[in-house]
Amino acid sequence: MALYSEKVMDHFRNPRNVGVIEDADGVGEVGNAKCGDIMKIYLKIKDDVIDDVKFETFGCGSAIASSSMATELIKGKPVSEAMKLTNQAVTEALDGLPAHKLHCSVLAEEAIRAAMKDYYDRHGIAYDESQFPAAHDCDHCGV
Amino acid sequence: MRIYADNAATTKMSQTAIQAMLPYMETIYGNPSSLHSVGQEAKEALNDARERVAKVLGATAREIYFTSGGSEADNQAIRSAAVLGKRKGKTHIISTAFEHHAVLHTLKKLEKEGFTVTYLDVHANGLVTPEQVAEAITPETCLVTIMFANNEIGTIQPIREIGAVCRKAGVLFHTDAVQAVGHLPINVVEDNIDMLSLSAHKFHGPKGVGVLYAKRGIILTNLIEGGAQERGKRAGTENIPGIMGMTAALEEAVAEMPETAARLTKLRDRLIEGLSEIPHGEVNGDLEHRLPGNVSFCFEGIEGESLLLLLDDKGICASSGSACTSGSLDPSHVLLAIGRPHEVAHGSLRLSLGKDNTAEEVEQIIVSVKEVVEYLRNMSPVWRDLMNGKRQFVIK
Repeated sequence: MALYSEKVMDHFRNPRNVGVIEDADGVGEVGNAKCGDIMKIYLKIKDDVIDDVKFETFGCGSAIASSSMATELIKGKPVSEAMKLTNQAVTEALDGLPAHKLHCSVLAEEAIRAAMKDYYDRHGIAYDESQFPAAHDCDHCGV
Repeated sequence: MRIYADNAATTKMSQTAIQAMLPYMETIYGNPSSLHSVGQEAKEALNDARERVAKVLGATAREIYFTSGGSEADNQAIRSAAVLGKRKGKTHIISTAFEHHAVLHTLKKLEKEGFTVTYLDVHANGLVTPEQVAEAITPETCLVTIMFANNEIGTIQPIREIGAVCRKAGVLFHTDAVQAVGHLPINVVEDNIDMLSLSAHKFHGPKGVGVLYAKRGIILTNLIEGGAQERGKRAGTENIPGIMGMTAALEEAVAEMPETAARLTKLRDRLIEGLSEIPHGEVNGDLEHRLPGNVSFCFEGIEGESLLLLLDDKGICASSGSACTSGSLDPSHVLLAIGRPHEVAHGSLRLSLGKDNTAEEVEQIIVSVKEVVEYLRNMSPVWRDLMNGKRQFVIK
């Protein structure tokens, strides 16, 4: 059996929404180079809808695939729906990830939330702090 | 078309080795411990193999113990030296920071049992000096265990000189020669080696078989108790097909060594030259004291697993020391030991060439690695930060 599902390999080989949005409304970056993965999400929001989303990722195959899938899952969706994206949804959409790679989907969820928070902050939109729990510590190295 | 450039992980079996095994599966399948003729024929073959392996290494047959591979040989060598040392109240061992895990994990276990271990610095070039060994030896030292050649970065240690230091101090010297045997000239007598581990599948022999050479007079401690095989030091019916395949592969590798080493060195140097054109990438380990087939690089701004997967898509089989590929939490301890920071060690690539690789393949590898590194850097936020000065390059 291959390490990754066909879905993961497809998103890894042909990642969707790679790139940068120069005039983004919100940008979120999570992860640590020391641990071997960093994800950066750029959001363009229009009328409370994710009008455009791009990502940059430094990391393994599942990190790139998780970023790609996460952007695809929120693109064109209302902000309220994007806020509900979970790492489980990313993992399921990828037809699963190996157990030791699940943190990649967690990073994808956290990157999107970080970008949403940045959007709220920049636009002076009030929000409930509890919606943005502190990003979990790296379970690899405690960074 | 597949390009296999992971010969340090394992090699394709040679036809000579395969042919040498077949009779011992088809006709001479007896147990060497059996009295009947098919058993005795197997025993004759086993004795013959032991003589032949001994001859290649410059040892005598009674100093050769067949094992299940390099890891078992490493475990048994170190365990045995520890038992002998402890009997004399000597519980200090000297090794290096970048040994194979078969050595390091055995040493960690001994530390829990009360031994102290000095892990010598391997410096940025991946080499230790005999002087370092001499300085680290104390009256309590019972063993020095230093690998002959490193599996990740290919650096070759000054084994003969280290062995001489150990001889002079009366300390046992073991070397994990898994990456060296069949690739470098080795003579256990001339090289002052007391114990040596080797593994057949690294020189085009079968998997699951190896050798522990232990100089006459060294009393081994069993890891496996049972029958009286291997002079009572390693129980279990001998893996005769494996041993015959290994022996044939070893003789072949040694006979072909001058020609193969010269050819591989040229290919290696061309590959290093080609990959050196990639900016902010650097070869790992000394260029002179290096295995003929080993090429190891770190590229900034990318992660090794994605590099390997994309190279695999292009038909190139390689290896990396990134955490994601090691299955552990940290990147390769070898790369950390030579001073590579974590974030750089994640972007490592090892290409290990073997006798079947060609000059055309090397050119193809250079083109493909350049493409893939550039592609991954273009989607890497780390690379973007490096380029716009938000993050400092480690490799200039």
